Amino acid sequence: MSTRQDSREATMVGRRSDGTPVRRPLSPHLQVYDMLQMTSAISIAHRLTGIAWSVGAVVMVWWLAAAASGPAAFATVQWFLGSLIGILVLMGVTAAAWFHTLAGIRHLLWDAGWGFDIPTTYMTGRAVLAGTAVLTALTWLALLISW
Amino acid sequence: MSHSTGEAPRQAQLRTPLGRVRGAGAAKSGVHHWWGQRVTSIALLPLTIWFIAALASSAGMTHAEATAWIGHPLHAVLLLALIGLTFHHIAAGLQVVIEDYAKPEAVKIAAVLAVKFACGLLALTAALAVLRIAV
Repeated sequence: MSTRQDSREATMVGRRSDGTPVRRPLSPHLQVYDMLQMTSAISIAHRLTGIAWSVGAVVMVWWLAAAASGPAAFATVQWFLGSLIGILVLMGVTAAAWFHTLAGIRHLLWDAGWGFDIPTTYMTGRAVLAGTAVLTALTWLALLISW
Repeated sequence: MSHSTGEAPRQAQLRTPLGRVRGAGAAKSGVHHWWGQRVTSIALLPLTIWFIAALASSAGMTHAEATAWIGHPLHAVLLLALIGLTFHHIAAGLQVVIEDYAKPEAVKIAAVLAVKFACGLLALTAALAVLRIAV
């Protein structure tokens, strides 16, 4: 393909089933979106936080296996989780977990047919962001108090 | 496809629009998968909040305190449910991400299988740990 003069041309470059190029309208893909608008940013972040939380689930397996293994292995995992890297990982996982939980509730409400209009979408989007900040802070407050 | 003849084959016209697109998506099929993701997410809501709240309010547990907490009959049952549902949900979620982005088909299938096997082993490891402490 030559250099496109108009970004709208990107939605006109299709392929036939045998792979040969053809000029015809396509469904809009990533290039037509402003990636910094809140709706798409939260959608992308929902995926990324889901992947990040998977890392947290592996840490949970390590913690449980170490507890079953004995005091020495448990001391190692507790030392790691209390180290600077461990605390950063846990803080990241906590924030990712709350974001994915709240954005997931937003998705379930959409699945039920509620909240599709633009004002409500932006309102629930802001609620997800604010709720993530508040709940992450509260989780770490509880953690520091009980430490 | 019949680019040369200019006419679509007769059987293509007899098929319904749904019949023609069924199985043509990136994942081939998916209603059961989609529903499973929703069901596990609803079940995980209370379980996850319980687990995070329990750990956050008892940071720096000793080994004896941790095994006593894990081994409590109610906690052990909830932990087993949390483990199974968590890794079911992770495998389903990562599968969708892989199906959306991985190419070619062989890489896609290999990556989805690798994620499912890894999730299965991690879930079994965690469940065995809980059972060893609780039983």
